[in-house]
Amino acid sequence: MSITVVLFWFLTALALLSAIMVLLSKNPVHSVLWLIVVFFAISGHYILLNAQFLAIVNLIVYAGAIMVLFLFVIMLMNLNAETEPQKNTWLKLAGAISGGSLLLILVSVIRSATDMTGRTAQVGEGNIGLISNLGKALFSEYVVPFEISSVLFLSAMVGAVVIGKKD
Amino acid sequence: MNTIPLTHILFVSTALFFIGMYGLFTRRNIITMLMSIELILNSVNINFIAFNKYLHPANLDGVFFTIFIIAIAAAEAAVAIAIIINLYRNHKSIDIEDAAEMKY
Repeated sequence: MSITVVLFWFLTALALLSAIMVLLSKNPVHSVLWLIVVFFAISGHYILLNAQFLAIVNLIVYAGAIMVLFLFVIMLMNLNAETEPQKNTWLKLAGAISGGSLLLILVSVIRSATDMTGRTAQVGEGNIGLISNLGKALFSEYVVPFEISSVLFLSAMVGAVVIGKKD
Repeated sequence: MNTIPLTHILFVSTALFFIGMYGLFTRRNIITMLMSIELILNSVNINFIAFNKYLHPANLDGVFFTIFIIAIAAAEAAVAIAIIINLYRNHKSIDIEDAAEMKY
C-alpha cells in the first residue's frame, strides 16, 4: 500500500465524514467550519490528481472568500442552534430514501460502466496542471469564456449591491 | 497514484453529491441549503478533474471547466447571499417556509 493510496483513503474519509457533519450539526457556524474541512479534503484530492493550481484556487476562493462571506452573514443574522428551523422526521426519511435510491442507481451505473474499469492515471507527465501551462491555454484557447466571466462578475457585483441595499 | 482506479474517485464524488442533495431536501435553513449546493458543485468539480486526468491527460478542458465553475459559484454565492439578507430583513427569519408570498 503506497503513500498515495493511504492519502487517498484518508482524504476520502475526511471529506465524507465532514460532509455528513455539515448536515448533522445544528449550529450554522459549525456547519460552515465543517464545510471548510470538506474543501481542504477536496483540495487534497486535487493535489493527488495533479491539479496543483486548482487546489490553491479552491482553497483561496472557497475556503477563503465564500466561506468567510457565509460566516459574516450567519453572524450578522445572529443565527445559532436555537433559531435553526426543524423539519419533521417523515421529510427526513423521504429525503434519505429518495437520495439513497438515486445514489444506488448512480453507483450501479458506475460499477457497470465497462469503459471506465481498469483506467489508471499516468504518473510520468505530471506538469499539466501547473500554472504556466494553464495560463498559456487560458489566454489563447479559452480567452472568450474568460472575458465573458468578467462580464458575469460585473453583473453579479451590481446585482448583489442592488438587491442587498436598503430601499 | 496508478493504483487508484477511476471508479473510486467517482464513488467519492457520487457520495458527496448525494450528501449535498440530502441536505438540500431536508434542511429549511436557507444558508444551509446554499452550503449543500456548494457541496454538490464541488463533487462535480472532482468528477471533471478525474475524467480529465484519467481519460485525456494531455488536455486541459476539465481543469478549465472547474475553474469556470468555481468562478460562477462565487458570483452565485454573492447574489444568493444578497437575496437572503433582503429576505431576512423582510421576514426576520431564514426559514424557507416563511417566504411563501409567491407560492399560490
